[in-house]
Amino acid sequence: MAGSIEHEIALGAGRERVSLPVLGRIHEWVVTVDHKRLGLMYIVGGLVFFVIAGLEASAIRLQLAVPNAGIVPPDSFNRLMTMHGTTMVFLVGMPILTGFFNYLVPLMIGTRDLAFPRLNAFGFWIWLFGSLLLYFSYIGGDGLYGAGSAPDVGWFAYAPLTERAFSRGNSTDYWILSVFLTSVGSTATAINIIATAFSMRCKGMTLAKMPVLVWLAVIVSFQILIALPPLAAAQVMLLLDRFAGAHFFDTQAGGSAILWQHFFWIFGHPEVYILVLPAFAFANEIIPVFSRKVLFGYEVMVAASAAIAFISLSVWAHHMFSVGMTPAGNSFFVASTMLVSVPTGIKIFNWVGTMWGGKIRFKVPMLFSIAFLLQFLIAGLTGIMLGAAPFDWQLTDTYFVVAHFHYVLVGAILFMIFAAIYYWFPKATGKMLSERLGKWHFWLFLIGYHLTFDTMHFCGLYGMPRRIYTYQPGRGLETLNFVTSLGVIFQAAGVLFLVINVLTSLRSGDSAGSDPWDAWTLEWATTSPPPAYNFASEPVVQSRRPLWDLKHPEDPDWNYE
Amino acid sequence: MAASPIIASDSRTEWAKTLPYKGRVGIYLLILTESSFFSIFVVAYLFYVGKSLTPPFPRDVLSPPIVNTICLLSSSVTIFLAVRALRSGSIGGFLLWWVVTLALGLEFLIGTAFEWHKLIYHDGLTISTNLFGTTYYSLVGLHALHVTVGLTLIFLVTILTLLGHMEGRHVERVDVLSWYWHFVDAVWIVVFTTVYIIGR
Repeated sequence: MAGSIEHEIALGAGRERVSLPVLGRIHEWVVTVDHKRLGLMYIVGGLVFFVIAGLEASAIRLQLAVPNAGIVPPDSFNRLMTMHGTTMVFLVGMPILTGFFNYLVPLMIGTRDLAFPRLNAFGFWIWLFGSLLLYFSYIGGDGLYGAGSAPDVGWFAYAPLTERAFSRGNSTDYWILSVFLTSVGSTATAINIIATAFSMRCKGMTLAKMPVLVWLAVIVSFQILIALPPLAAAQVMLLLDRFAGAHFFDTQAGGSAILWQHFFWIFGHPEVYILVLPAFAFANEIIPVFSRKVLFGYEVMVAASAAIAFISLSVWAHHMFSVGMTPAGNSFFVASTMLVSVPTGIKIFNWVGTMWGGKIRFKVPMLFSIAFLLQFLIAGLTGIMLGAAPFDWQLTDTYFVVAHFHYVLVGAILFMIFAAIYYWFPKATGKMLSERLGKWHFWLFLIGYHLTFDTMHFCGLYGMPRRIYTYQPGRGLETLNFVTSLGVIFQAAGVLFLVINVLTSLRSGDSAGSDPWDAWTLEWATTSPPPAYNFASEPVVQSRRPLWDLKHPEDPDWNYE
Repeated sequence: MAASPIIASDSRTEWAKTLPYKGRVGIYLLILTESSFFSIFVVAYLFYVGKSLTPPFPRDVLSPPIVNTICLLSSSVTIFLAVRALRSGSIGGFLLWWVVTLALGLEFLIGTAFEWHKLIYHDGLTISTNLFGTTYYSLVGLHALHVTVGLTLIFLVTILTLLGHMEGRHVERVDVLSWYWHFVDAVWIVVFTTVYIIGR
């Protein structure tokens, strides 16, 4: 045991040496089992795929900017649409969020690594392999048949279009295997996070004193463990259909295409919460620090998050109102969907309650968080609209649905990922990101986001169906679609500012020090970047805000908890 | 209350004893996620009961594998006895019960092989014959795959024990493996009920 710690220290010292050859440094990253390095690799990998999937979305919007555009042919459009969706969920959202949890959970609970460091490394590399497999389909998808390249079945891959008879070649197989392997990686991380939070907390940190982010990481991990296997199981069935002649989703032999929809959405709806709960987790850390107040209602926040996770397991068929379920089935899923909005509303009120009367500092992380609050509220409201079955019958498969879920995925999740990057970048690198460039990033992205996704709602209300590669002129859709596509330019410019900000700050940013935001959780107690062993001596805590106690010995938090 | 909120801890080990063993937490979580995986296959099986368009049908060809079931379920008892022997420091007792567990698990796997051989060559039922074949082979096969993984691990531990590497301090790790085996047995009760009682 002592030997391995010395080894870690030696590695940490090795990082300081600038003379280490490039190959040697790459080798260090490849063989690492350090949760911080793996976390950073997850995040950087996710951001690379974010740019790729963003370019795919840009191509889609270019094609849809004007009616009857001939830029992207129909079959390529279907591939772009499938790859954009699959990439953004499994290759961007999941790795960035697991990356942050990887990096932050051990630091926040005052330990030296995750419970199973080698399992963690396995999870990352299997995720990366799965991700590369998805993009290898552009080359290998032809298989022996000479039909198709990348998968074109949509990220939901509805049966029976995915059966051998309708989806020839191997493109669908690449989709199955890629998503399956990334799920294996997520499962490994989820087991690791929970075991770490339950078994590795520093002295004095009872479960009720864990930072809310760690609580949410635990809740999300439980959701991953319960909700990801249904998709993996359905994918195994689909593989058996495609390769062994089984009939799970083969309607000609009595199989059911609807069963696939059920299995997919039993995974698919909790997946939305798997992605958005980490965004809540970031908000729970960032909003209090920049409001200079304790998070309002710690216990209620944790309980509401657990309630969201639990209820979200029973709402899946609100994606399926149009398949013709029984009135009782429809009513159940309408009611359960409405029920989710109660704990979600509690959380929004608690964040507002945290800001209320606080001394708010409008730094870039806080700007993104405030935008997140407003946008997530709107996303929730359109969610309630679509959760009502009759309304959904009218607008399902239109751009209203696309606008709604992009309001969640971009307006809530991506905005909080940006906030988290600005907030924890100083910890991970020791350098501050520029506030000036950050504000450019924020405002450009905010404008672009609203140009794109606000107008998209109206396209949907006017009846524009989703997943189509073009539309006819003269139906009142031209201006709206053009504005939607125009927003892409602003969003891309905003992201460009982030890239410039990261590159220039890494080179010549202000030094961060260990605690640049005057924050309260344990990750700010160690140096920036933290050494390989995180803490020279394992900390002991007495309250939920150990750094507050340290800075204010005359008025420590444990008097009030 | 202590004066300093963040201090070096020399009583870390005392505190650590109040936390659960991470391997135990890990295996419980693996069991949770595997249960979710299996439940989808069980749901698919139940959903397609009686929906096959062509014979053979379950009631014509399936007979409950009673001996197999007794062997697999009793292997849960023997692996428990093995872990208990190791905990009390008896490597010999551990090895004895461990090998019995291995033998019982092997019997189950061989019995399944004979059952499948009869179904394929005598009754003409394959995975592509009808929905019964599709769901039967995938659910029972998924379970058999888990038995195979468990037996492989049990076999490795047997080899390590025979080479003299097993010591009393490894009991927690062996215990974690035994929990996986208990899970495989418990799943069999569900699969048995689904396939041979409800589905027949």
